[in-house]
Formats: sequence, C-alpha cells, structure tokens
Amino acid sequence: MKVLVPVKRVLDYNVKPRVKADGTGVDLANVKMSMNPFDEIAIEEAVRLKEKGAATEVVVVTIGVAKAESDVLLTARAMGADRAILIQTDDEVEPLAVAKLLAKVAEEEQPGLIILGKQAIDDDSNQTGQMLGALLGWPQGTFASKVELGGQGVQVTREVDGGLETVDLKLPAIVTTDLRLNEPRYATLPNIMKAKSKPVAKKTVADYGVDVAPRLKTLKVVEPAKRSAGVKVGSVDELVEKLKALGVAK
Amino acid sequence: MKTLVWVEHDNQNLKDATLAVVTAAAKLGEVHLLVAGKGVDGVAKQAAAIEGVGKVHVADDAAYEHFLAENVAPLIVSLMGSHDAVLFPATTTGKNIAPRVAAALDVMQISDILSVEGADTFTRPIYAGNAIATVQTSDKKLVITVRGTAFAKAAATGGSGTIEAVSGEGDKGLSTFAGAEIAKSERPELTSAKVIVSGGRALGSSEQFHAQIDPLADKLGAAVGASRAAVDAGYAPNDYQVGQTGKIVAPEVYVAIGISGAIQHLAGMKDSKTIIAINKDEDAPIFQVADIGLVGDLFKIVPELTEKL
Repeated sequence: MKVLVPVKRVLDYNVKPRVKADGTGVDLANVKMSMNPFDEIAIEEAVRLKEKGAATEVVVVTIGVAKAESDVLLTARAMGADRAILIQTDDEVEPLAVAKLLAKVAEEEQPGLIILGKQAIDDDSNQTGQMLGALLGWPQGTFASKVELGGQGVQVTREVDGGLETVDLKLPAIVTTDLRLNEPRYATLPNIMKAKSKPVAKKTVADYGVDVAPRLKTLKVVEPAKRSAGVKVGSVDELVEKLKALGVAK
Repeated sequence: MKTLVWVEHDNQNLKDATLAVVTAAAKLGEVHLLVAGKGVDGVAKQAAAIEGVGKVHVADDAAYEHFLAENVAPLIVSLMGSHDAVLFPATTTGKNIAPRVAAALDVMQISDILSVEGADTFTRPIYAGNAIATVQTSDKKLVITVRGTAFAKAAATGGSGTIEAVSGEGDKGLSTFAGAEIAKSERPELTSAKVIVSGGRALGSSEQFHAQIDPLADKLGAAVGASRAAVDAGYAPNDYQVGQTGKIVAPEVYVAIGISGAIQHLAGMKDSKTIIAINKDEDAPIFQVADIGLVGDLFKIVPELTEKL
C-alpha cells in the first residue's frame, strides 16, 4: 500500500511572527522556513508504517515555492519518504484549492492512505484533510493520536474535546495528525546527503487544471491587542488578598 | 440571510458551545438550528428554547449518533439549498465536520472567527493568535467555525423555535464509531469555566500534577488545564491542553502554575480577564502577560495558597 503525505512549508515554529507595518500580512522575508510540525508527524507515521511492512512506498507532496525542493522536501526524503512531488507556485493557495490539487494527485497515485497534519501553524485553518475527504469521498480520521492498519481498514484514535474517540475507517482513508501521534525523527546529515538522490517530480498548478483563484481576500492583518505585564506580589498572603478582591476566594 | 447553526450536544444535553455560535449567527441574519443525533427529542426542546432561534431542524437517526463527519456532512449539505450560511462551534466536532461541508459546497471555509464585520467580512486569528486577519469572502454560501470565547452566549431560555424533522442519507458506510474514553469530572468544563488552574512541566510528574493542582482547583471551584509540555510529558491527559492546538479558553481568572508561557500556550489563554502566574523563573514569558505574578517555588507556594484559601 502506498501512503501519500502532503506537507506545507511554513514560518519556523521557533520564529516569532511579525506583522508587517503596512498591515498586509506577516513578514516572511529573510526568516527561517521549515516543514509544518504536524506534517513532520505525518511523515514519521508513514515511514513507520513502511518500516513495519504495512506500507510499500511513502510519497511526499508539497504545493509551494521552488525552494521547497531543497528544504522541506529534502527533510521529508531524509526522514524516509521515497520520492517527492513539488507542485510549484509562488502564490498563496487556500486549503480548498490545495485539497483540489491533492485530489488530483491522489487520482494519479492511488494511495491507500493519505496522512496530513491537522493544521498548518501559519493560517491555523484546520481544513485541508477534511476537504480532501469530501472531494475523494473517503472517510477521515482527524486529530489522530493512534493509527492501526487492519485488513480492509484502519482504526484511528482521535483526540477530541472530552478525551479520546476511536473510529474504524474503510480504506482508502484520510488521517490527520495530532501532536501525540509520534515523535518525529531528526533528519540526520548522512540521510540528508542520501536523500538528495531520491527523485522529485516537478509540476505546476497548471498541470492539474485546477482553479486556484482565492475565495478569501485579506483586507488587513494587525497585531492583537497587547496585554501589559501587571504587578508582582511578594507573598502568598498578598496573592490570597488579590484572589479575594477578584471574588474567587472567600 | 438565513443561517444554520450546528447544535453541539451529547444526545442528551445541549452544550454551551452552541450559544456563542447563535450570537455570531444572529449578526448575519435569521438563525435556524440543526440537531443531528440519536434520541434527541430533549436536545431539540433545549435548542428551541434558545432566545431568538427560528426553526430547529432535527435529524434523528442512529447514523448521526456519534456525529461521524462522513454521515453528517451530506445531511448539512442537503439543508444548504435553503440556507445561506452554516456556522459551527470551533470544537473538535465542529472542526471535523465543517470543512467536509465546505468542500462539498465548493466553498472556502472561514475558520475560528473572532468577529462579524459585515455579511461577508470576518476577523480570525492566524499564527497562533500573533496576528489577526480581516478576511472578505467571495463565496455565495458561507461555512464558518466560531471561536466560542469571542462571542457572548445567547440566552438558553426565552426562545420559541419550531421543531421540524428532517432526514438525510443516513449511514454512508465509510466509517463506524468504535468507542470513546470520555473523561468524567465533577469540575466545570474547561471552555466554560469561570476559573481555571493550569499546570506546566515544572510539576515534574503526573502524581505532583494532581497533588498540587487538583486541591487548589477544588478550593477555587476551578477547571483544570495544562500546558502542551505537561501533556506531552504525560502529566495530564490530552483533553486538559490549553493552547494553539488544544482548547482556547477565556475565563475570569486563569492561574498558570509552573508554566513558562510558550507562544502556543499564550495563544490559548491570553484573552482571560485576569491572569495569575506562579513560576520560579522571574524572566519567564508568562509574567509579560500576567496581571498578578508570584516568583517562587511552586511546591512551597501552591500548598500554602491552597491552605490559606
């Protein structure tokens, strides 16, 4: 069974986002970009399925700038993906259009499982996996903390508001990863060197005949209202007084 | 505009998360509700009592009991011929279903809205709340998830909605519910609690987490939360997690204990009215957002505080 893993190149997790002074967005010039952390978990899960013998091939795909070939797609191959597809565009592509492109890739590749991050840490949309499920007519196991492949299906344990929930899905299926599904391995230097020889198919958005025109227009982007630091108290007794003043302690 | 609101419930009781969504929907127009589940007569009555609601569509079918997105999304799509917008709470249930509806309608969903600026314009957080975007949609139908803490709750009583049965295609045969481990607690729910006591990695173990945090929470009648670091380390279960990828909370008082204040944690709690931080590191980022801070060893401070309350 083939596993397809879509990944996104985003502002690195450790970089504090800065809103541009002109209010048009977040400044992405000359800042470190990395693979979306949830997508690393998706790659890791796919590679583990291959290592267990449950999957035969791991294919990674990204939609984005040419540079992705030498950063996020290289990282993915170094982690264990067998080959990569780069659908190149310099434009921002919304989750709906991403899902449409991925549906086309899925038709070509015929994977048994598509594993995606549950959300990208830049736009925080949390949409692509579920949209892809709808477009393909496949079941979805979102916010997964455990994935177990069986004969004809996959059992997914999901992190839900009240605790955990388990669903059985028919294959082919979509899984979106939550934080505690696994701990992704590091892409080691020797593996990065080796990964350079793993193939990357270069495509463009036009190759798939999908309309990717945005539906949402960003009118402005601003910083949230700032909280200012308050007072420090010197003792527990003072803290108790403060809690009493707030009406939460008697 | 005619709006449809997804009613969050457990087949017995309507959940509070619904009420903030009703407020958001009312800013767009007429509010209709959808109660999908199994044996939901009681929930339908509670829904009809919410102030300001019109029709309450009720789909009572075993296929909807566990809100499987594969079964529920087509039902919602079938109701969108007669509605202009559908709104869900940004809960794990809402987030699971909404995009499946949006893609089927060929609509770009607007996630986690903070405000309604106009019939097609909304604000929403991006980058873990480090930026707020104002977005305008060109889609004819709207699919929206609503951040519960950003809208006042509609009154749960005083309404006189009319209940109307609807049916969908039922079980699509793609997925089945296999079980759930839902935490039972006497404490208030995290997302609706007035006071929250949250613990971080500094607690050091699951035993200490419960030994320190639980008695204080009980004294304050508070819900218990945790940072991602504490959940990842196994000190607290996943449903305690407050943050960008966990729960978003905005209680009257948020007490952060042994939490350093990573960006992704702040994203989940910085709209709390009063933030109190207890941490041994006086340079911890949590103190930059805290209204009241106490620097010191939590293992000394927390028992003393619990004792004195």
